[in-house]
Amino acid sequence: MDTTKSHSFKQQKVLSSILVNGILILICLIWIIPTVGVLVTSFRDSQDIFTTGWWTVFPHRTYVITGTIKLPKGTDANGPMSIPGIKGQYTFDQLRAGVKTSDGRQLIWYGNKRTLQINEQKLQWVGFDTKLTLKNYSDVLNNANVNYTDANGNNVSRQGDNLLGSFLNSIAVAVPATIIPILIAAFAAYGFAWLNFPGRKLLFTIVVALLVVPLQIALVPIVQDYTKLDLNGTYLGIWLAHTGFGLPLAVYLLFNYISGLPRDILESAFIDGASNFTIFTQLILPLSVPALASFAIFQFLWVWNDYLVALVFLGDKTLVLTVTLANMVGEKGQDWQLLTAGAFISMMLPLAVFFALQRYFVRGLMAGSVKG
Amino acid sequence: MRENNVMKPVSKGGILGWFATSLGRILVSIFVPIVTFIVLWQGFLFLRNSKVPQLVLVLVAIIWGVGGVALLFAVSNWIIEKLPGEWTRRLQPFVFVGPALAILAWYLVIPTIRTFYASFMDANGFHFVGLANYVYALTDRIMLEAFRNNLLWLVFGTSFSVGFGLLISILTDRTRYENIYKAVIFMPMAISFVGAGVIWKFIYEYKGTGSGIQEIGLLNAIVLGLGGHSQPWLDIPPWNNFFLIVIMVWLQTGFAMVILSSAIKGVPAELLEAARIDGATEIQAFFRIIIPQIQGTLLTVSTTILIFSLKLFDIVRVMTGGNNGTNVIANEFYLERFTFGDAGRASSIAIVLLIAVIPVMIYNLRQFRESRAF
Repeated sequence: MDTTKSHSFKQQKVLSSILVNGILILICLIWIIPTVGVLVTSFRDSQDIFTTGWWTVFPHRTYVITGTIKLPKGTDANGPMSIPGIKGQYTFDQLRAGVKTSDGRQLIWYGNKRTLQINEQKLQWVGFDTKLTLKNYSDVLNNANVNYTDANGNNVSRQGDNLLGSFLNSIAVAVPATIIPILIAAFAAYGFAWLNFPGRKLLFTIVVALLVVPLQIALVPIVQDYTKLDLNGTYLGIWLAHTGFGLPLAVYLLFNYISGLPRDILESAFIDGASNFTIFTQLILPLSVPALASFAIFQFLWVWNDYLVALVFLGDKTLVLTVTLANMVGEKGQDWQLLTAGAFISMMLPLAVFFALQRYFVRGLMAGSVKG
Repeated sequence: MRENNVMKPVSKGGILGWFATSLGRILVSIFVPIVTFIVLWQGFLFLRNSKVPQLVLVLVAIIWGVGGVALLFAVSNWIIEKLPGEWTRRLQPFVFVGPALAILAWYLVIPTIRTFYASFMDANGFHFVGLANYVYALTDRIMLEAFRNNLLWLVFGTSFSVGFGLLISILTDRTRYENIYKAVIFMPMAISFVGAGVIWKFIYEYKGTGSGIQEIGLLNAIVLGLGGHSQPWLDIPPWNNFFLIVIMVWLQTGFAMVILSSAIKGVPAELLEAARIDGATEIQAFFRIIIPQIQGTLLTVSTTILIFSLKLFDIVRVMTGGNNGTNVIANEFYLERFTFGDAGRASSIAIVLLIAVIPVMIYNLRQFRESRAF
């Protein structure tokens, strides 16, 4: 009896494990398919994108043209027609929608009424689509004119996009807009944690209060200031803006970390006659690397993916990736070969950073979630 | 006697020598900041006006920006340390916290006051209009629609993100491949809202009806495959709001999952073990033990996502531009200020957003005061 019980227990365990993994695999598929769709589409030929769904690059069963039937000249396409080798008579509309024969073939009219051509199709397995191309990427990267054929076979010409330039701009914005707030916040966190000065508690309380202030509150006055100072569209302007909006969280996180460092290390350094500046640069910064890294990834992803701040302070003067991509959605909403390639270019770097440094990122998130 | 000793080195070199060294010091103290300033200013002009290849410009910008800030800290500290000891001690804290405080004041504290002031002024900020902007912000048809939509985002976006996050973190806790599943769910967090907009616009793509037209959007292909008719999903109010909310759930579930997952791992194993021995089912254990244990985390995750959905802008802007009944508060703010140029109305909308987060701000402050003696 004991053995049967443990046996059924084991069975139940296997069953529940299958169930849990099954549900998770399903959820994960739903989660990843949208991105896979964009990735696959970005490598497809433009005309294929418009005529078939991206999922058709995977092996599937579909009607494949196996031959053509030419109707005799003089056939009246407006009335019912008889087709050589096929029983019965069919109208143009029927043939246009596709007629299935008894032996599993499908007849489908090709083009308009005047062609008098019918394609013969058979249901067959189709393997992986090998007609993949990198053209879409080169089209969006180098600002050249883009020519492609749309679903109706028309040639379309478009002004290309300079995503390479936007990519460089994004780097020029994101790297300093990550390091500057960290540097300023680390100094401030040290000041709040280890130095005494009047108003220290009140000032830090204000920092905590600022954690949840929506940045919309600042946009109207800051745009005014930037217009006066001629800072609109400059790197300095957007670095400072990102620094301002990122500082409350940065100071708060780094304060929590730095104030938790063991007191005696600092005191012995003081006794040795080190100045605050030396202690900070030689001792505190190296000790705080984990916290600095967590916030750095957090801030980098935030700045890289930011749209609103870049739109307001950089506009069309200095285009970053998100703004260029959003403009593309507006101007070329149907040019999926360009949009998908563009979207993927904008995602590459953050995804790489994210997967390489996921551990730090998660740690930063956990610490940051206190901000409510 | 003592004084004599102190004075000795000075008298040795003579009063003139002392004066010369002091003057030298003062000159250096003035000279160094001026040089720093000139170097930084030249860098700024170079970045703004030069026509060198972009790659060079980008590298110079990074070095100038990061190096400049480090240099400013070093120089201001250097000056402070040149002062007499007492003054160094008094002023040094402000070298450390000063820049942060100045930037916070310029970018957040003062703007709040200025926005509050501007919210009582007309479009250009010249004339006082009383509460007119608030009447608009709280009663206009457009704003009411935005409020309704934001409410949908708040309720459905938050509950689905947290709900899915909770479900997934419970399930992944019981499997060997936890990290793989989590990485997949978490991945969208690295994608921008604009990128996510493209991804989902492609899912919702609608080509229309007509012969020979193939739907290339996944959703319409599925609907057609199931025997339905393809739909322009983003054009059907009020349902289009839900199709947009799906995107946010896709992006935010990973966040909820990570935080909740670590909270669940923190639930004492003995507690769950004891409940199971007492014959509790898994579902009972979940509702009676896990949920009460992670209550606090659930609250913070929910408020974080709540605030996020309140400020939501990018998704709506990219996907529909706020048309077809999908407008939200943050998009209306953007439209008022940057499309219609009405700073007054935009300011009043920003103040409304601020008021909406004040409860969370108070909660944070209370938590902070309780958490630790400062």
